[in-house]
Order: sequence, then structure tokens, then C-alpha cells
Amino acid sequence: MQNEYDVVVIGGGPAGLAAAIKSKELGLKVLLIENREFIGGIPIQCVHPGFGLHYFREDLTGTEFIYRLIEKFREMEIEHYTNAHVLEIIPHSYRHKILKVVTEKGLLNIMTKTVIYATGARERHIFEIGITGHRVAGIYTAGEAQTMMDIYGIMPGKEIVIVGSGDVGLIMARRFTLEGAHVKAVIELMPYPGGLTRNIVQCLEDFGIPLYLSHAVTRVEGRKRVEKVIITKVDENLRPIPGTEKELECDTVVLAAGLVPYLKVIEKAGVIIDPATKGPVVNSYLETSVPGIFVAGNALVINDLVDYVVEQGEEAAMGAYEFVKNEGLSTVKWKKLVKGRNIRLVVPHYVSEAKDVMIYARVAKPEENIKLRFPEIGKEMRLPFVKPSEMIRIKLRKRDIAKAEDKITMEVVPNE
Amino acid sequence: MSEIKKFKLTCIICPLGCPIEVTMEGDKIMRVTGHRCPRGYEYAVQEVTEPKRVIMSVVKVKGGIFPTVSVKTDKPVPKKLMPEIMKKLADVEVEAPVHVGQVIIENILGTEANIVATRPA
Repeated sequence: MQNEYDVVVIGGGPAGLAAAIKSKELGLKVLLIENREFIGGIPIQCVHPGFGLHYFREDLTGTEFIYRLIEKFREMEIEHYTNAHVLEIIPHSYRHKILKVVTEKGLLNIMTKTVIYATGARERHIFEIGITGHRVAGIYTAGEAQTMMDIYGIMPGKEIVIVGSGDVGLIMARRFTLEGAHVKAVIELMPYPGGLTRNIVQCLEDFGIPLYLSHAVTRVEGRKRVEKVIITKVDENLRPIPGTEKELECDTVVLAAGLVPYLKVIEKAGVIIDPATKGPVVNSYLETSVPGIFVAGNALVINDLVDYVVEQGEEAAMGAYEFVKNEGLSTVKWKKLVKGRNIRLVVPHYVSEAKDVMIYARVAKPEENIKLRFPEIGKEMRLPFVKPSEMIRIKLRKRDIAKAEDKITMEVVPNE
Repeated sequence: MSEIKKFKLTCIICPLGCPIEVTMEGDKIMRVTGHRCPRGYEYAVQEVTEPKRVIMSVVKVKGGIFPTVSVKTDKPVPKKLMPEIMKKLADVEVEAPVHVGQVIIENILGTEANIVATRPA
């Protein structure tokens, strides 16, 4: 069959590019499929710095970071389609999958031994976060606003209210202000900010932008265009408190209310989803519950840093390499990573003593002066603080994993 | 003897966001605590004397792959010059092709920082 590959990478963002580059380096026959007209993904529109401190040991903008990968990808002459969309992944046999792909050349059936799914995330939209009121012009997701402003040079509005204080919301607040718009407020549902502290400082405090914690935008009002929003205080159960409503006049509402792994195609292939990460359940090769389908980047788990996304792309490529070389991953005893006290999510879900594994976790609530503990393997470390907004990334060594029977618990305990 | 002042800062050099405390007596820095690396120390000293930031924006492009090209200052510039620099950038239009690292404006407002492209066009 002409269209037969060792690995097909779906998605041409940082995870996909890293996966494709690594796969080619390992000698695999690789194809990358991207549905936009250009490769690069979201960092193409991230003009702010803060990228690459771990991976390149330099402070780069998103654009500079991704162009380093794009250049490498081009130098290696990796086969790819842009403007192409994967409709379906059909598990054909244990060792083969068929991809139905719409391309500029028409509908293609592509046979591959493995798939690396790196489609990134989608933004949570207005219907998911309980905002009622008029459906008028002037409501954008942060990503849409960023595409308009930083790729096409169009200002989405003048008087802005931002919903959500994750890094995306904070960075957009600064971008709007720098470009001459007036950011009236950033509204955060939780009692603590969602983004990194450095972004609170350099994106809000630098410009005197107010941050309303424990508040929700409950209603948007306007006739043709947004004219105002109603914000309401919320109680400890995050429910709006009647009588605390306040009006903020604005012409634009920007939703930065979080990201969800984008899994449309992979779900149809039957992978099991973790309700905590909203991404697939994976083993330490980042292989999903469908053998030969791997996942990396924000499609796996919402990451803080593009550096982690790239790392996962490379990890998935190494998994695909093992799969192709051995006609399937060898059977090992999987040990479950169990979420203990104050751990909200952790990936991968299963580890084995066959290799060292990088684990990524998030806590449920902020806590100071704590110990991070893995009781079954006798590993612990002290940390000054943990926050839900800051991912914990640590390596578990195979000799440590070998100490556990059938599970390894990860927990946060007070440091006494 | 001049007054002792304490400044509580959050380091913005990297995503760790260390809480740093700077103790000053008049204009003299007496003590810096809480940083975990030399860059954090430098940041704290800079922040209490003359705060600086890297500025990022986009400028118009004629005939490029995208209608804009993203730019930044190649080193931090005084925070108070931000509005003036942004105003200058609003009037700039460059011709494609542009490559990453290309200098768009040299020595912006005498800061010794250049405005450089961070995306090709």
C-alpha cells in the first residue's frame, strides 16, 4: 500500500512537531496532518515571552519557540499535509490503523502502524460557564481575540472584561492594554488567581487592572453589541450570592475560562477518558487504551508550559518507536498511579519498571510548607508551596517504581 | 539615619515566581531574601531601583504570509517608557520578507534596546 506509515502524527502544534521530528530521528516513516493552512499551532499567535526556559534554556516568545521547531521540521523534510482533516481513526488490526483524511487532493485512506494524537485543546465556551443574557456581538474566546489581534492585526474591542484569571486571561489583559484598549476587570470564579504569580504581577499589577476573585459574570446585556455585564459574588460552593450583583459597562467580553483536551476523533476510536484530566488514560509510553494510539501535549493533559508539551511529543514518539520495533509494546506489569491527598490529577495513569517516567500532576487546592510523598516507594520531597495553577513535574526512576507492588500513591501532606 | 523600607516582590524571571523581600535603607539595598537564583537577585535589585520589562507587540507588514509580524524589545526597557514605545510601534509598517531576529527599529527611544521581529512574514 502506497499510503503506509510507521506513525501518523495528528496536529502540527508544538506536541505534533516535536513528535514528528523525534519519530523521524528514530528512523520511522512519518506523516504529519494539520488542519489549519499553516503548521505551528497556537504558539504562532503567542507574541509574549516565557517560552522555552526549560527546553532551549532561553526566554523566547511563543513565535520564536515554534519557529525553531518549524525550521527543524522543514530541514528534515518531513512529509505533511496542511488544510487536512482526520475524520476517523479505524483500528484495522492490532498492528494497523486506517485513517480517513480529507485533504486538498480529496479523501484519502491512510494506513499506519501507530498514531500520535496531538490535537491540543479547545477553549471552554460561554454555554459551559453559566453566563446568561443576550447573544450579541463582542463575545470572544481568548484564543479568537488573540488570533484577531496578533495574527490579523484587528482590535476586537475597546472596553474589555475578561472572564478567567488563568495565564491565558492574564496575558490577554496585558496584550489588550498594550494595544490601547481599556481592560475594566478580570473576573475569577475561584478565591485564588488561576495563573502564575509572575503573570499577576507583570500583566495586571503593572497596569493597575482590577482582579475580582470569587466573582462570576452571570449575564451579558446589549442590543447589537455587548453594552454591559453583570458580575456577582459567589459563595464557597461557587454559587452566585443574590443581591451582590454589580454592573460593568463594556463592549467586549473575552472568555479565558480554561481549556479542555480536544478529543473528538480519538473518542470515536474508543479510548478511555480520565474524568479528572478530561484526556485519555495512558501508560508511561503515553499509549492510550487502544494499542498503537499515543497522545501528547494538551490533548493528553492541559499543560502550563510548552516545554512539557514538547517533552510529551518526544515521549510519544519513543513509544511509537517501541511499538513499531516490537510489533506492539511488550507486556509488562503496569502499576497504577493513585491520586492521594490533595492531588487532583496525574498522568500517566500506569507506570512500569521498564523505564524512568516523567509524571505531571496538579493539586486540588493551594497549600504551603508541604511534603510531596510516594509512600509505597519511600520517596518524598519538601516543597515551599503547591498551587493548582502550577503543574508538578517529577521523574520517577525505574528502580523506585520497582519497589512498589501494584500501585504508587502520590499525595501532598503537611510538613511536620 | 534614613527610614528602613521593605518591598515584597514576586520574581517574574521564570514561572517559579519566588516571593522576594528587599530591605532598603534610603536608597541603599540592605538585604535581599527569598530568591533561588542569581537572576532573581538581579531582578529584585532592578525592580526596586528602575523596573524594566520586555515589551511585545505586532506591527503591520506589506505583502507577507501574515498581515502582521510580531516584535519584542531584545532586552528589558524601563517600564515607564512602555506607552511611548507602543505608540511608536503603532505607526510602523514593514515590507515582507521579514525573518526572525530582524531589527525593525534600532535603539528605540535611546534605550539601547532594539525592536526585533519574532515571527517571519
